[in-house]
Amino acid sequence: MFKKILIANRGEIAVRIIRACREMGIATVAVYSDVDRAALHVRKSDEAYATGPAAASESYLRMDKILDAAKRSGAEAIHPGYGFLSENAKFAQACADAGLKFIGPTPHAMETMGSKTRARQQMEKAGVPFVPGTSRGVASAEESEQAAERIGYPVMLKAAAGGGGKGMRLVHTRPELRSALESAQSEAQRSFGDSEVYIEKAIVNPRHIEMQVLADEHGNTVWLGERECSIQRRHQKVLEESPSPIVDDEMRRRMGEVAVKVAQAAHYTNAGTIEFLVDQQGNFYFLEMNTRLQVEHPVTEITTGLDLVHLQIRIAAGEKLPFTQSDIKFRGHAIECRIYAEDPDNNYFPSPGKITLLLEPSGPGIRQDGGIYEGWTVPMDYDPLLAKLIGYGSDRRQAIMRLERALAEYFVAGIKTNISLFQRILGDADFQAGKIDTGYLDRWLAKTDPAISTFSSKSDVAKTKIETPGAQSLEKIAVIAAGMFTVLDAAAPAKDGTAAATSQAPSHWKQKGRAEALR
Amino acid sequence: MVYEVIVDGKSHRLELEKAGDGWVCRLDGQLVAIDAVIPRPDVLSLLVGGHAYEIKREKTASDLHIWVGSDCFTVELRDPRSLRSRQKSGGDETGPRKILAPMPGRVVRLLVREKSEVEAGQGIVVVEAMKMQNEIKSPKKGVVQKISAIPGAAVNPGDVLAIVE
Repeated sequence: MFKKILIANRGEIAVRIIRACREMGIATVAVYSDVDRAALHVRKSDEAYATGPAAASESYLRMDKILDAAKRSGAEAIHPGYGFLSENAKFAQACADAGLKFIGPTPHAMETMGSKTRARQQMEKAGVPFVPGTSRGVASAEESEQAAERIGYPVMLKAAAGGGGKGMRLVHTRPELRSALESAQSEAQRSFGDSEVYIEKAIVNPRHIEMQVLADEHGNTVWLGERECSIQRRHQKVLEESPSPIVDDEMRRRMGEVAVKVAQAAHYTNAGTIEFLVDQQGNFYFLEMNTRLQVEHPVTEITTGLDLVHLQIRIAAGEKLPFTQSDIKFRGHAIECRIYAEDPDNNYFPSPGKITLLLEPSGPGIRQDGGIYEGWTVPMDYDPLLAKLIGYGSDRRQAIMRLERALAEYFVAGIKTNISLFQRILGDADFQAGKIDTGYLDRWLAKTDPAISTFSSKSDVAKTKIETPGAQSLEKIAVIAAGMFTVLDAAAPAKDGTAAATSQAPSHWKQKGRAEALR
Repeated sequence: MVYEVIVDGKSHRLELEKAGDGWVCRLDGQLVAIDAVIPRPDVLSLLVGGHAYEIKREKTASDLHIWVGSDCFTVELRDPRSLRSRQKSGGDETGPRKILAPMPGRVVRLLVREKSEVEAGQGIVVVEAMKMQNEIKSPKKGVVQKISAIPGAAVNPGDVLAIVE
């Protein structure tokens, strides 16, 4: 087993990995940028090395500086977390060249899955289901009509060189096809200098469901159940759960087996995730593979009882998986809320800044993976994920109830967070019924945008509030509270410690410290 | 102690008087039985006629927020004896409107030029923070009088980016 691991990341995931290392008796090395000197992951680590200025490209993405920190500290392995260098095959190779174990797949497996076309060729050989389509550009309108007939409407026209929605057209019926093809081709030509357009079956209101896999370096690969990730805002996941409300045992097994096939075709090792699009009939299609630990891994940990980071480290150290597929049992339900520093009342603008007050939830069925603390200034240079709040219970309903309770306990002041968004989602009838797809949240937000309607989060929260007859209105309570804060602050000016120490006697802290030093 | 407390535009008269260990509270002339302690800075445990509330206080650059559970109230506390009367700026649909940076970040680019006509909701400046580019939009239809945002420059919340009249 490794004696020392460098964590090439920051924020909650760096803290998560440091905790796993500590549990396993492995020393940890943190790296940090100039603005992260006081960050939680630096505080929690055994050693820490500065890597440069705030911009990620000058610090967390600097392979040379990270490898140098590894060398100086004598670390034997590097855990990349997610984001930053985690899916960079060059970095994985550089680690190997420097004699360091990269905790993740091989550079070759990463390259295979990193390129969409290469992944597709590999997967087609392995018999993995894809969204039906032509995979190659259509030569004529006639050919496109035949292809669309064969696939079945609605179909999606996509520019081969495309991206960002350019050169894409959704076609519902045959009469629309010709003009849509022409405009897609000319748009593709204008945007990418390449008019090649291919046809794919349009998956209307798909779900995004992914399957966790683990593979050791001895040829053993297992699947660990799915995660439903359809709750997204502008293609960014905000809430994930396991199991999915629509996946039954049989579908889970089929998805799991396909995922294992994908991983094996790529000679994949360590933890990975296979993403699927799922249509309304429950057919699933391979989308891509994420060759790293995912943000939402905790929901899988809870429903399987496994610690994925422990297992990642053990696999990287050359151990065999300590279980087989038939040993894996699923239990209960877990839901994760990604707590972001963003303002739900102002277009979800990012909201970095100083955290002046932090009240964190705890209690039954609650796990929190965070990278923040009260008094810390959240820098503006990185992604806005502050913490992940995970609620779990014996079933979905209980997990929701516990999360609602925990969200009511959760309070962050000084910066804005999306906590209120989760209170609204969890209280929504469609969410509770599991009627969700990747467009659910954006549609729902457009409908209930505070800027265009009188929708107020107050009325929603009030539903779940326990009735207390005879209570004052909350507004009056706020009035009294504002006054009481002021008079109590005035009555106890030394309470926060700023004016406490006088020169007349040594402070109690000092005395206490001395007394303890004598023991 | 007598305060004028304004919540959501409504003014209340709050009288708080020390009486032994506790406080006597009159809200809009009515006697209210209360007990309050501050268990940690910015948190108040308030008992009102036997009902318990956990209250949180958040001070921002411009406002005082009082959170009762998950409900947030923007509160203005005035001491009527003092002469200081705070003037609330802006909100006027007809005058010039300042467009302020809503968060710390970096100006990426300008979307309009000075003197150009803009619609309400039209993007004026793009500010990047936390890996996201955010269009800061015009609050009204009008003419861009001045753009003070400089591409590449860092901005703090409340900095004036542009003025639309």
